[in-house]
Amino acid sequence: MAKRTDPRVSEITPEHVYLRRRDLMRGGLALAAASALGLGARRVFADGAKPASRPPGGDSLTVLKHVDDAGGEKQNSLDEITHYNNFYEFGTDKTDPADNASLFHPRPWTVEVAGECAKPKTFDLDELIRRFPLEERVYRMRCVEAWSMVIPWIGFPLASLLNAVEPTSKAKFVAFESVLRPEEMPGQKRGWLEWPYVEGLRIDEATHPLTLLSVGLYGKVLPNQNGAPIRLVVPWKYGFKSAKSIVKIRLVESQPPTSWNRASPSEYGFYSNVNPDVDHPRWSQKRERRIGEFLRRPTLPFNGYATEVASLYSGMDLRQNF
Amino acid sequence: MNASRRATLVKAVTFVLALVPMIKLGVDALLGRLGVDPVSEIENRLGWWTLVMLLATLAVTPLNAWLRWTWPLRLRRMIGLFAFFYATVHFASYLAIDQGLDFSAMLDDVVKRKFITVGFAAWTLLVPLAITSTNGWRKRLGQKRWQALHRLVYLVVVLGLFHFAWRFKVLEDAPLVFAGIFALLMLARVAHGFVKRSRARARASREANALGVPIR
Repeated sequence: MAKRTDPRVSEITPEHVYLRRRDLMRGGLALAAASALGLGARRVFADGAKPASRPPGGDSLTVLKHVDDAGGEKQNSLDEITHYNNFYEFGTDKTDPADNASLFHPRPWTVEVAGECAKPKTFDLDELIRRFPLEERVYRMRCVEAWSMVIPWIGFPLASLLNAVEPTSKAKFVAFESVLRPEEMPGQKRGWLEWPYVEGLRIDEATHPLTLLSVGLYGKVLPNQNGAPIRLVVPWKYGFKSAKSIVKIRLVESQPPTSWNRASPSEYGFYSNVNPDVDHPRWSQKRERRIGEFLRRPTLPFNGYATEVASLYSGMDLRQNF
Repeated sequence: MNASRRATLVKAVTFVLALVPMIKLGVDALLGRLGVDPVSEIENRLGWWTLVMLLATLAVTPLNAWLRWTWPLRLRRMIGLFAFFYATVHFASYLAIDQGLDFSAMLDDVVKRKFITVGFAAWTLLVPLAITSTNGWRKRLGQKRWQALHRLVYLVVVLGLFHFAWRFKVLEDAPLVFAGIFALLMLARVAHGFVKRSRARARASREANALGVPIR
C-alpha cells in the first residue's frame, strides 16, 4: 500500500504566491516561449490555405514547467493511458476508444467560452496553446469504477482561460459541453448516455489552481482516445467529471446538468468528489485498483488532494452532496 | 469404433474443449497478453465462461426436444461441473485479489453491494448442484427430488445475468445478448411443453374416436 509522500513545494506554497510565481515566470520566459512557439506559428502560416490536419510544430508540445502533484507515485505508461479508456462516444469497452480513435478528427477545433462574462470569445485551439503557457502536471486520476492511474497531463489552468473572458458576479457555475459528431464517434449513435456529453463545476472548483485544461500527454498532443484535442482534468473528483473533447464552456448562474447524473441520479452526483466513505450503490469506493498494480489500495479522500480542496466543501454534507 | 468407445471419445474431447478457456487464460497471463488491467481481464473472462457453460447446459433439453439430439444429454453434467469450476475460480480470484483474502471485507460487499450480492448468491446455489451431481446422490434423492433441486440452475443463471448487468456503469451489450439467449432457451422449453401436450391431446382424441369412446 503506497503512502502519500511529503508534500511537494507546489502543495505547500500558499495559493496566492503560487499563482504569482507563474506570473513572474511567465514574464521572464515570455520571450523564450514566444520565439519557440513562433516557430510553430510560422509553420501554420506556411501551410496557408490547407486545413490544419496536424498541429503546427508537429505533435510535440513545449512545456515550460513540470509539477508532480501525485506525491511522487509512479506514472502510468503512455501505453496504459492510451489503451484503457472510458470514452463512451467510442464504445463502452476499455479498448474501444483506442480501436476507434482513427475515426475522429480533432482539428480544426474551437472552444466557445460564453455566458455570464464580460468578454465572451470563441478561441481557436492553437490560439489557446499559444496564449497560455503549458505545464506538465502529474495528477492521480480515479475512475468511479474504482480503478486509478497517475497521468502526466500537459495543459494550463482553467482559471487562466476564465479570467481572460472576465466572469461577472452572476457566474456561479461553469458548464462544459463535449463534441457531438455521431459520424465520427459511433457510440453517440447508442443511448447509453444523452449526447453531447455535458459536465459542470462550481465556479470556485473551476477556478481552483488544480483544475486543468489539458491539451497533451507525455510531450505530445492528446491522443483521440484521451479526449483530444482539449479536455478538462479535475483530479479530486471521479474521472467522469473530467469532460473530454470540449467545444463549449459556459459561465452560468445555476447548477448545470451533468451527463452521468442525468443517466443515473442515484449513482452519480454533481460533486462526485472522490470519497472512500460514500459508496456507489452497487460497489464500494473504499479501495481502488491502481493500473499496473495487482492488489487494491485504499482510496484517499479527495483522491489525495484533501489539503488543496477540502476547504471548498467545509460545512457541506458530502454524503448528501455526493 | 463402437458406440461406447465413441461416447468416451466425445466426453474426452468435450473435457479438453471446456478446459481451453482456462488454459488460454493461463498462457495469456504468462505472456502478458491480458491488457492494461489484467486482474479485471481474468475476472471478466472467468465470469463470461461461467455463463457460457451454464447456458450450454440449458441448451441440452431444447436440442433433445426439438432436434432429437441425445449425445448432449451425456455431456450435460460435465459441462455443468465446468460451469461450477469457472464460477469458483472467478469467485476465488475476486476474493484473493480484490479483497486480499479479507473475508470480512468480502462479506461487507456481499451484504451491501447488490452486484456482489447476486454474484455470491449465484455461486452459493451452484454448490449443492455440484455436490449432488453424482449418480450416488441422484439415487439417494430420487429422480423427482433431484430434478426439482437442479431446477435451481434457472435461478443461478438469472442471478448471474443480474450480476453481469450490474457490474458496469451502464447496461452493456454482452449481458443483454446472454439474457436474450437465455430467454430463447427457456422459450424453447416452454414451447416444446405446449407442443407435447397438444400432440398428446390430439393422439388421445384420435384413439378415443377409433374406439368409439368419449374422451374425459
